[in-house]
Amino acid sequence: MPILQVEHIRKSFGQTKVLDDISFSMEPGDTLSIIGSSGSGKTTLLRCLNFLEKPDAGIIRVRDEVLLDASQQPKKVNNRETRLKRLHFGLVFQSFNLFPQYTALQNVTLAEELLAHETPEWKADKAKVQSRIREHGEELLNEVGLSNRMNNYPHQLSGGQCQRVAIARALALRPDILCFDEPTSALDPELTGEVLRSIRKLAERNTTMIIVTHEMNFARDVSNSVIFMDQGCICEQGDPREVFDHPKQDRTRQFLARYHGEN
Amino acid sequence: MSFAQQFPVVFNALNVGFLQTLKLFCVTLLGALPLGLLLACGEISRSRILRSVIKVLVWIIRGSPLMIQLLIIYYGPGLLASSISAEAAAASPFLKMLQGFKWSGGEDGRFAAAAVAFIINYACYFCEIFRGGIQGIPAGQEEAGLVLGMTGRQIFFRVKLLQMVKAILPPISNEIITLVKDTSLARIISLQEVIWAGQAFLKGSQGISGAIWPLFFTGVYYLAANGLLTVGFAKLEKKLGYFR
Repeated sequence: MPILQVEHIRKSFGQTKVLDDISFSMEPGDTLSIIGSSGSGKTTLLRCLNFLEKPDAGIIRVRDEVLLDASQQPKKVNNRETRLKRLHFGLVFQSFNLFPQYTALQNVTLAEELLAHETPEWKADKAKVQSRIREHGEELLNEVGLSNRMNNYPHQLSGGQCQRVAIARALALRPDILCFDEPTSALDPELTGEVLRSIRKLAERNTTMIIVTHEMNFARDVSNSVIFMDQGCICEQGDPREVFDHPKQDRTRQFLARYHGEN
Repeated sequence: MSFAQQFPVVFNALNVGFLQTLKLFCVTLLGALPLGLLLACGEISRSRILRSVIKVLVWIIRGSPLMIQLLIIYYGPGLLASSISAEAAAASPFLKMLQGFKWSGGEDGRFAAAAVAFIINYACYFCEIFRGGIQGIPAGQEEAGLVLGMTGRQIFFRVKLLQMVKAILPPISNEIITLVKDTSLARIISLQEVIWAGQAFLKGSQGISGAIWPLFFTGVYYLAANGLLTVGFAKLEKKLGYFR
């Protein structure tokens, strides 16, 4: 059973079509890379999955549950419902977006703690829940190699460390699908490596992931399927080795040629 | 009367005057800070009418001298009342109400008028500072909160508020320090604040006349108050310095 099914997503900003009939599906444990030039709609697609943008049309299903059906718009939007639907997805931003006034550990645990406020368990034994959440946060930071940086504030960390905190933060609520929006575009090549290593580790553990990236070699290595987007459409899609080494579409070839030229 | 004899008399009178200055200062802050936040919320609201109304208000208040605003607010109601004819008032309940409004006599009325003028004036300045503070927080902060399933309230109180406070602290402390000195403008409607109290000894009061030093001495009060405020704000800024 697919973990994610995206069907016929469309999105326009005013007159500009940003997403035009996007459909794809993922199996649990898949790592999907989305490549394409700037403005091809990759980021907007991730933002639609994370409910930061509302598609004009289309259906998003997770584990056969319909999370969003754009044709059912008149229905009153229940805030709490939307909020909980978001939790199927995690999102790691290009610019980290860590909360500057919280330590690395607090960044990771804040959302989990706020969600715990709504449970009866919190009222019964606050300290126990807090220590459990704290342990979970420490475990996550440990996994991204930051056990010695838990109590540092974001401004005391390098860009690569910040992004790894952001990855731990996105994992804290145990999302079904973790999305990355150009996670290394704001980093210099030296720091890129450490972030990519963390993502690779997640892929080895069969975390279901969608990665929007310009790191072509990484995309080819780490993912088991790749989508090339162009002008809001899926231009080519398939096994990374096929798409990268034997692209069928002219547009894909053109795009990849520029990258091969660089390397 | 020698200086040594004058000093305690003047000191007492200036203290009484400065108490009034402080009262105006505190009442203005208590009114203008929340009103400014309210105006700022209106200014970033979705209602175009509300936004325009606030923009015009801010333009008028920031664009004209506080001294004129004080004069209009204090003398305006009385002038308006006398210009409304008895027939007009009888015909319209609204005009009758306008005619009925006036500041109470004496120091209380002057203080109330000054407080209203100062609160409106400072609220407009605070409004712009708050708006800048709210809009200055990167959209990514809200988005990060949203994808982590936080409610709008949680995002405001847990994520944005402290960042906003930190960002607006320097301009707000600037305004507050200016306010200490601006209270002296209430002298124009004879509010008995510290400048008024100092000036009294120039004209003659409690057996002292022609003395200009009490007026100069009032400067010490402003310096002392602003010295305290400067130290306080520096401490606060340092406290919030743990993040960037």
